[in-house]
Amino acid sequence: MSRKITIEPVTRVEGHGKVTIHIDHEGNVTQTRLHIVEFRGFERFIQGRPYWEAPVLVERLCGICPVSHHLAAAKALDVIVGAGTGEGLTPTGEKMRRLMHYGQFFQSHALHFFHLASPDLLFGIDADPAIRNVIGVALKHKDLAVQGVLMRKFGQEIIKATAGKKIHGTGAIPGGINKNLSIEERDSFLKGPDPLNADKMVEWASGALDFFKTFHKGHKELIDNFSKFPSSHLSLVRKDGAMDLYHGVLRAIDSQGRKILNDVDYQEYTQYINEEVRPWSYMKFPYLTHLGETDGWYRVGPLARLNTCDFIPTPLAQKEFELFRAYTNGKPNNMCMHYHWARLIETLHAAEMIRQLLHDPDLHGNNLVTIGKKQKEGVGLIEAPRGTLFHHYRINDNDQIEMANLIVSTTNNNEPMNRAVNCVATSMMTGKKEITEGMMNAVEVAIRAYDPCLSCATHALGNMPLEISLYDQNNSLIDRKSK
Amino acid sequence: MSKPIVATASLAGCFGCHMSILDIDERILPLIDLVEFNKSPIDDIKEFTKTCDIGIIEGGCCNSENVHVLKEFRKHCKILISLGECAIMGGLPALRNGIPIGECLKEAYLEGPTVKNNVHKILPNDSELPMLLDRVYPCHEIVKIDYFLPGCPPRADLIWDALVALITGKEMKLPYEVIKFD
Repeated sequence: MSRKITIEPVTRVEGHGKVTIHIDHEGNVTQTRLHIVEFRGFERFIQGRPYWEAPVLVERLCGICPVSHHLAAAKALDVIVGAGTGEGLTPTGEKMRRLMHYGQFFQSHALHFFHLASPDLLFGIDADPAIRNVIGVALKHKDLAVQGVLMRKFGQEIIKATAGKKIHGTGAIPGGINKNLSIEERDSFLKGPDPLNADKMVEWASGALDFFKTFHKGHKELIDNFSKFPSSHLSLVRKDGAMDLYHGVLRAIDSQGRKILNDVDYQEYTQYINEEVRPWSYMKFPYLTHLGETDGWYRVGPLARLNTCDFIPTPLAQKEFELFRAYTNGKPNNMCMHYHWARLIETLHAAEMIRQLLHDPDLHGNNLVTIGKKQKEGVGLIEAPRGTLFHHYRINDNDQIEMANLIVSTTNNNEPMNRAVNCVATSMMTGKKEITEGMMNAVEVAIRAYDPCLSCATHALGNMPLEISLYDQNNSLIDRKSK
Repeated sequence: MSKPIVATASLAGCFGCHMSILDIDERILPLIDLVEFNKSPIDDIKEFTKTCDIGIIEGGCCNSENVHVLKEFRKHCKILISLGECAIMGGLPALRNGIPIGECLKEAYLEGPTVKNNVHKILPNDSELPMLLDRVYPCHEIVKIDYFLPGCPPRADLIWDALVALITGKEMKLPYEVIKFD
């Protein structure tokens, strides 16, 4: 008797997706797929809009990381209005955007770790689904939940001060920014009422890392071996190889650490990146053109960034980075669950960057916008919390957008997430008579490590269900289980 | 009296409304005392396990799956709320309503600058994928909706006040600042 298992919706991720797993009559897993089931059509319906609307239109792809789309679009439009490719803005323009961006990293990573992922660690992968959620965390680990909530709040307040509102703000405009930071705003973040100040956020981010490292010591098998496989890694890095989440050159390494994309200018990204279309998902499959569809796929996001960069330019995060690197003897880290470790190191880096930027008087400058000679086309890349994000626009003589191409962070992780699903399903379900809820959640745990934003990826978002259907050899349905 | 039960869903939205719910920040803790949550993307309850008092819907309907989920919500919830512009009027995704859906698919999968190698002209069409609707529909065109909370997203204070008003049965104040769009 062959079976098909469907997980729908996948939950505690951002977006609509579903997983199908086919098992033959001998109990072998024959096919696994993560389907992205939503389609928006952004690339087409944005055509004809005036180009300056793009930053506020495209951020509505995603309510979790709107700042990433807002800034990636603004960076592409900087090129179009002649403000250069990332280095041409006024100091106030660039630093306000950076502050917004690090505020968003801080809130998004806190949300993922505390609200979405921590229940699997705190209660266990096969715990009762009724308590395996943020409410369960709040009831059992109140201090941790309060910290998570307040860390996210601090990041959201930074976004509000730089972008005008917490979700779908309007701060970045082509060539710069539309407001500076007032002294009062700065003081509220530096000396705000305890605990909502920058020093406390650095302290709490360090605390979250300690929590993870302690958990790691007690659960080595899960954290080190769950769903691991070798892969290439891609991210932006600063020209000197430092981690830079806002701007840089494009670097990729293979699973051994050899450079396969050597710090190239991302304005030329179409020379290096292509996307494959597969009929069973609305999410495309990007790959490095010179390596081809089969071998050219790569991972993005926190794990990839810690593998590609040479150092982190803030002291506390750099110390943590050295420990992280030492764990794999300096070789690329290919352990799926180490995404969580990498994400928390970045959370600490974001807190340090926020604190450092808040002491910079440039934030209060009045020179906000740069305008130069108009171009017809521009590319904007940024490291979003979930990985490298590509925005590419072309305009016509009437200032209308005539072409838009977006490759969002989660889309870059499409192939790795599918491999993660396959890896977990094969190891846990092969030969098993009964498929348990815990096994199905394990598949989701592997997906959750990537913190996918399927909203973005389909140029959409919602929840992933999990449903398992049993089919016989003639493909007729004989049983169905869902969670 | 047992606690009121709340369920939430995101259809053709961006999750921004759900994020705005989380923007009630510290008030999340008293909220947990006030209500019990059932089916929601923030927990692992994937199907309704009981009748709910309040259903909160983010996003309009762009495919057959959205319609199915929305009808399930109407069936299982005594009160249904459209949260945010997409649920109320289709919102930004409804920008595609003036364009044939085939053109949107063509642009994304056949014409873009990074899909040049799609020589077999593959479009996503698997039976596992829900059917796209001809246009994006607001929720009240599919089922009866009881309350509408505007904004993109509605601010956290508005969501909090509305929930407290519903749970305690007290009428809420609606000053202009709360109901303006952005």
